[in-house]
Amino acid sequence: MSESEMAPTNDSHRNRFFSKISLLVARWMIPTDDRGRIRMVVDSLILHLHPSKVPQSTLKWTYTWGLGGLSTLLMLILGVSGLILLNNYTPSAPQAYLDLLELRANVWFGEWVRNLHHWSANLLILVAVLHLVRVFLTGAYRPPRQLNWVIGWLMLLLIAAANFTGYLLPWDQLAYWAVTVGSSLIAYLPLVGEGLARLALGGTEVSTNTLQNFYALHISFIPLLIFALMSYHFWRVRKDGGLSIPKTSAAQEDGRMERVTTIPHLVQRELVFALVWVALLIFIAKLLPAPLEDIANPNLSPNPAKAPWYFMGFQELLLHFHPTLIVGLLPFLLSILVVSLPYWDNRFESVGVYFRSPKGKRLTQLAIGTALVVTPLWVIADEKWFSWVDWLPFLPQWITMGGLPFISILVFFLLADRAIERWFRASLEERVLFHAAFLLTAFVVLTVIGIFFRGHGMALVLPWQG
Amino acid sequence: MENSNPASLSRRSFLHLAYAALGSLAFLESGLILFQYLQPRLGEGEFGSKIKAGLVNDFPPNSVTHISNGRFFLVRLAEGGFLAVYQRCTHLGCTVSWEMAQNKFICPCHSSHFDQQGDVENPPAARALDLFAIEIINQEIWVDTAKPLSRQSFAPSQITYP
Ligand code: HEM
Ligand code: HEM
Ligand code: FES
Repeated sequence: MSESEMAPTNDSHRNRFFSKISLLVARWMIPTDDRGRIRMVVDSLILHLHPSKVPQSTLKWTYTWGLGGLSTLLMLILGVSGLILLNNYTPSAPQAYLDLLELRANVWFGEWVRNLHHWSANLLILVAVLHLVRVFLTGAYRPPRQLNWVIGWLMLLLIAAANFTGYLLPWDQLAYWAVTVGSSLIAYLPLVGEGLARLALGGTEVSTNTLQNFYALHISFIPLLIFALMSYHFWRVRKDGGLSIPKTSAAQEDGRMERVTTIPHLVQRELVFALVWVALLIFIAKLLPAPLEDIANPNLSPNPAKAPWYFMGFQELLLHFHPTLIVGLLPFLLSILVVSLPYWDNRFESVGVYFRSPKGKRLTQLAIGTALVVTPLWVIADEKWFSWVDWLPFLPQWITMGGLPFISILVFFLLADRAIERWFRASLEERVLFHAAFLLTAFVVLTVIGIFFRGHGMALVLPWQG
Repeated sequence: MENSNPASLSRRSFLHLAYAALGSLAFLESGLILFQYLQPRLGEGEFGSKIKAGLVNDFPPNSVTHISNGRFFLVRLAEGGFLAVYQRCTHLGCTVSWEMAQNKFICPCHSSHFDQQGDVENPPAARALDLFAIEIINQEIWVDTAKPLSRQSFAPSQITYP
């Protein structure tokens, strides 16, 4: 922060003199009426979080879309509504479900608070991912902001964990089987998976032990960690010199950065944005009830059994590939790529430019379009015609469902990379953008297929024929 | 404090070393305590402990009986041996059911099929249904549900004879 860069001076006498004077002046400036005093306290509170001035250009709504701020708001709502829910909740096997029935039937605003918690939690996943996408598209993960990029990913994982542990708490059929399927996904992790799943479940399958473990994680460890990381995340935004500065093209040089005071310019915007969203959430919680099915029954699996919606992309992939590839190798490679990204894709000039360049924008559109067409076709082909397992039945599954498809995808990927480098003369950062846009879109399509287009026995169906 | 003899340990560095060693030990111990603390808690007669399925003669040869408090199927093969087949599908954990007419276990979730011994007949499940250990004492069949025994496929050595 430029404001904090005070030139060191050895003239401490003069310094002390000036600080005395300024203290005097400040005393003299303290408002005499109550309104003014409260205002001053609030203002100085705000200025602990924000710098006193921010670049005008970063206030532009279409740069951040307010997504970090909305994540913060949702976390606060989750914390408060969660604490209120605690008053009417017992983490034990049949009682948890009965408590929620009671909450719905006999507690004033009980159902509404639960709906608020439910919808905020689900919205948070979407919003945090969109925030990540914004950070990616503007190149804001590049130095000096690489640490916040990693912190952000940690928070995203924790948000998924909070959602997953929360999902079990209502103890209905939906909760029971989604967590059964979700924890079976974890058990496919190589080496540690079985042990980890057993430890998390507190046994071999979902039970009261699991409920207690998940409850403890859900209401203390995970939220505490998220709130701690959030504070650090905010502090780092300031340490890294505030937000990245939006530019319309990499070539454009902002000669002089126009700065405006945080109060009221930034704070007012935040307040209005937060109020609009609070109003929206109040209505959503009023209109859309959170689902509550029959009480959990370990002897009766629903058909089909699906993981929570945010894991359906993985469950869809598991229908096509060997589990070790999806639950082991894929997350491993992904985390290496993500953490190392700011170190090799770090051109400073295009930080703050959406899509890096006009060519980057065209490539992104191309990637999204291609993924939208290719992914569903591939899913259908793999389901109906394409099967290494049937063609080479004498080979073990880890080759026919693991090694061979992995290598073929890698070859496709390298060919595509060469092609866009050759045909479009795409630079490194534009190629990274292309691949990321393709992969993200493909994952979204897989998630949508998993949620809406998989019916009885996980066969492909049309949602309106369900 | 200078120490002229490099082979001997000064009092200070000895203490440092001791602190570090004790500290690591304490850390390790806490870790182990936490690990043990989090281990599954088991109740008597419930799923997770040893469960009495019944007497040998209660189960005719070539039959499959669901023992619901133990979450397993007691399979008596045609030649008289027993298998305790865990009801949890090895694909993603759903509960399979025994379909008498088709003579197989079928998982409702993603349609894996298993034969009477628990072997996979139809993927996505990749390995046979897990087993529990059986002990037959005075014609009583006891099944230890603490830990499922995973296996790739059926082998005659898995059968318990009365
Ligand atoms: C609980 C979740 C999160 C909260 C509350 C949060 C909050 C914020 C806020 C308020 C900002 C200020 C600017 C803005 O709103 O865009 C910000 C910036 C940033 N966030 Fe997050 N964030 C979260 C998750 C993430 C994730 C998942 C990532 C990426 C993996 C991330 C990476 C960053 C980076 C790199 C910046 C600096 C952006 C810039 O300078 O342009 N954050 N975050
Ligand atoms: C990152 C923050 C959080 C997320 C993403 C989250 C998510 C969830 C989800 C998805 C549910 C299931 C709701 C349903 O479908 O009924 C849930 C339930 C619950 N959560 Fe949270 N939660 C968070 C924070 C908290 C906190 C801080 C507390 C309390 C201190 C809390 C207490 C509860 C309780 C008591 C329930 C059970 C009631 C119910 O199922 O409606 N949560 N949470
Ligand atoms: S859980 Fe049984 S087939 Fe998927």
